[in-house]
Amino acid sequence: MARGALPLIAAFVVAGLVIGPVAAVLWRGGGFTALSPADLDALRFTVWQAIWSAAISVALAVPVARALARRSFPGRSALISVMGAPFILPVIVAVLGLLAVFGGNGVLNLLLAPLGVPKLDIYGAHGVILAHVFFNLPLAVRLILQGWLAIPSERFRVAASLGAPVFRLLEWPMLRRIVPGAFAVIFVICLGSFAVALTLGGGPRATTVELAIYQAFKFDFDLGKAASLAVVQLVLGLGAGAVALLLARGDMLGAGLDRVVQRWDGSRLLDALWIGAAALFLLAPLSAILLAGLPGLDDLPASIWPAALRSLAISLGAVVLTTALALPLATRAGEAASLLGISVSGLVLGTGLFVIAQPFVRPSSIALPVTLLVNVLMALPFVLRILRPGVEAVQTDFARLSASLGLSGWALWRIVYLPRLRRPMGFAAGLTGALAMGDLGVITLFSRPGEGTLPLAMYRLMGAYQMQAAYGAALLLVTLSLAVFWVFDRGGRVDADAG
Amino acid sequence: MKTTLLTAVGLVMATAAAADTDVLTVYAPDYFGSEWGPGPAIEAAFEAQCGCDLQYQTGDVLPRLLLEGERTEADVVIGLNTDVTKRARESGLLGTHGVDLSPLTLPIDWTDDTFVPFNYSHVAFVYDNTKLDGFDSFEDLLNAPDDLRVVIQDPRSSISGLALALWMKAVYGDETEEAWARLAPKIVTVTQGWSESYGLFTDGEADVVLSYTSSPAYHIIAEEDLSKSAAIFDEGHYFFVELAAKIAGTDQPELAEDFLAFILTEEFQTLIPTTNWSFPVALPADQWPEGFQSLPQPDKALFYSEDEAAALKDEAIEAWRAALSR
Repeated sequence: MARGALPLIAAFVVAGLVIGPVAAVLWRGGGFTALSPADLDALRFTVWQAIWSAAISVALAVPVARALARRSFPGRSALISVMGAPFILPVIVAVLGLLAVFGGNGVLNLLLAPLGVPKLDIYGAHGVILAHVFFNLPLAVRLILQGWLAIPSERFRVAASLGAPVFRLLEWPMLRRIVPGAFAVIFVICLGSFAVALTLGGGPRATTVELAIYQAFKFDFDLGKAASLAVVQLVLGLGAGAVALLLARGDMLGAGLDRVVQRWDGSRLLDALWIGAAALFLLAPLSAILLAGLPGLDDLPASIWPAALRSLAISLGAVVLTTALALPLATRAGEAASLLGISVSGLVLGTGLFVIAQPFVRPSSIALPVTLLVNVLMALPFVLRILRPGVEAVQTDFARLSASLGLSGWALWRIVYLPRLRRPMGFAAGLTGALAMGDLGVITLFSRPGEGTLPLAMYRLMGAYQMQAAYGAALLLVTLSLAVFWVFDRGGRVDADAG
Repeated sequence: MKTTLLTAVGLVMATAAAADTDVLTVYAPDYFGSEWGPGPAIEAAFEAQCGCDLQYQTGDVLPRLLLEGERTEADVVIGLNTDVTKRARESGLLGTHGVDLSPLTLPIDWTDDTFVPFNYSHVAFVYDNTKLDGFDSFEDLLNAPDDLRVVIQDPRSSISGLALALWMKAVYGDETEEAWARLAPKIVTVTQGWSESYGLFTDGEADVVLSYTSSPAYHIIAEEDLSKSAAIFDEGHYFFVELAAKIAGTDQPELAEDFLAFILTEEFQTLIPTTNWSFPVALPADQWPEGFQSLPQPDKALFYSEDEAAALKDEAIEAWRAALSR
């Protein structure tokens, strides 16, 4: 196969897997339906909150990532791992944790009350944005931190010895390359927000496009409307991707000797403050989830274990498939195509796959594979965002050397790419596995009672008044997700941190 | 090769086994089929008498049925509610049930020839009686101080949220939006579904939660906790009934009818209270579990037929949206 063909084929496969189901729903719904004024309101709110959520996440992530990049302290790598947890939390669990800290009876209000500060109210647009920052700050930090770690340490050393402005020469070009992509990914994630916006939004003012899709599908059974809104999501997602690609121009820095960064600049105190504040913001709600879940562990039914195994299988399957698809897709066009996957409502994707599969198989018999497929589509954009800078850097830095050595095919991957991509690949695999683990997703559309996943079991417990056991299940879910994340992420970093 | 062979053998054996017993496929909501719902006990009881294999397919019953149309695998659907059944009826996919409805003990008359009720409750506001005195009427709730923290469900995504919107409409008529505006300052938040709301309530994030008159029974029976009460309003409560129906094109018409008839038997109905945590539709109150008998019942059931509900739905949701968006 020609070298250029594989990425193109992979991009077409991904685009087809997204556009196909949307088209199927549109066809089944009998064509487009006009959007109502309420839909337009929802669209406006959706875009508005997504811009703010992404902007704040990225703006806060820059100083935090820089502090983490240039300080070494005991427990640093564990802290980086655990701080990634909010991104992989199931929404409802995260909301529970946030409420324990910021809610009416939350820790913050209990601490502030004796000081005479009026009660903070988390519910409203600001609550939605707070939650989105909580979810996405970890992703932004990791993406930007990777950018920092990718600057060859020799550069910093030279800059330090010459007294050159590090920020303008080294950091700004890196940020220009990384930040637009990080912004775009988070913007698109927040476009799809539904449960967060509903629970913390406080009312119909905080209505999102995703809720309108849910309503069109479940209550009105207006598939034309659901598909029309999904097309709007597609356009927004693609637009964000295109803008990010245009903005993300920047010069590559040239090859270094592949060493870990050592720095001599910056204020230690300020860096400590940034790291401390971010850790507190991200870890306090996590601790609340831990405390709420512990008593429920005793109440967990035996059926929770097969459910956990099924979730683990989906998680590992998603890791394998996503990695296989991601490597050929790690190009500009590939990343743009992959943004389609998270732009579109999972509900519409699932329904579309249902419509397509129904003539051939019983939908319930493919519930788990479909869940897996949707998870792969959803994870691809993050994975590519993580892998692409690394792949491109290796291409630029080692192309001449590899060519002169006559390396190609698998040998090229094994000797040149994989060792250098180990860190981002491990991180990407961990993220994929954890996200797939916590996804409730399309399995609710057509499952059989005995075949639930762990998130579904948690919702079933909640629906049966068994809140304590549900929180126990949530804790189990978070623990397993984190474990999956940690195993892959650590695996990718073995040796990489030495020195 | 070996696996293919094994799979083939497995398939042949499975087909042979299936040929011996008829399969009745029932579409049900997820909660219904889960091990904490009424599904498993009902399955066991029905299979014991029909000599058949009852299989649930769980998920969103109505969207799935409409999506599949004539090709549906379902023989019976269960778990629909009157506020959305018009759509199901108009699809032409459902047949008449032919079940004798005389055993019904519902607080309203039920003569429908397509849908058989299997449980009911009333929408109600539930509160902690050790912290609040409760409310005697909707007016009482609307007049409560604005620092009362109420959590409700979104009428656009939740069936109980929609029931509240229709309940408000039934009580306040043309002044529904005004009534919502008075309730709005007390509404902490609106959640996607019942579970999220109830979780916020049990976590102490809210003082009052939109739920059902039957909800306290769970706490009384399963947790021996008497502190949860449903406020009973003078204006009456919106009646919430869940239904089952036969698929017109089923290849198991007799089994489907047997199942629908089974719904109204004592055996089925006695399973409802402590698995579905709602009231049975065909069981005199003196045969209910004690925790249910002790629950206060509303004097008046407010109820819209499916035609009325369908006609009023958009208006009722808009009143909610307009008032809460102010």
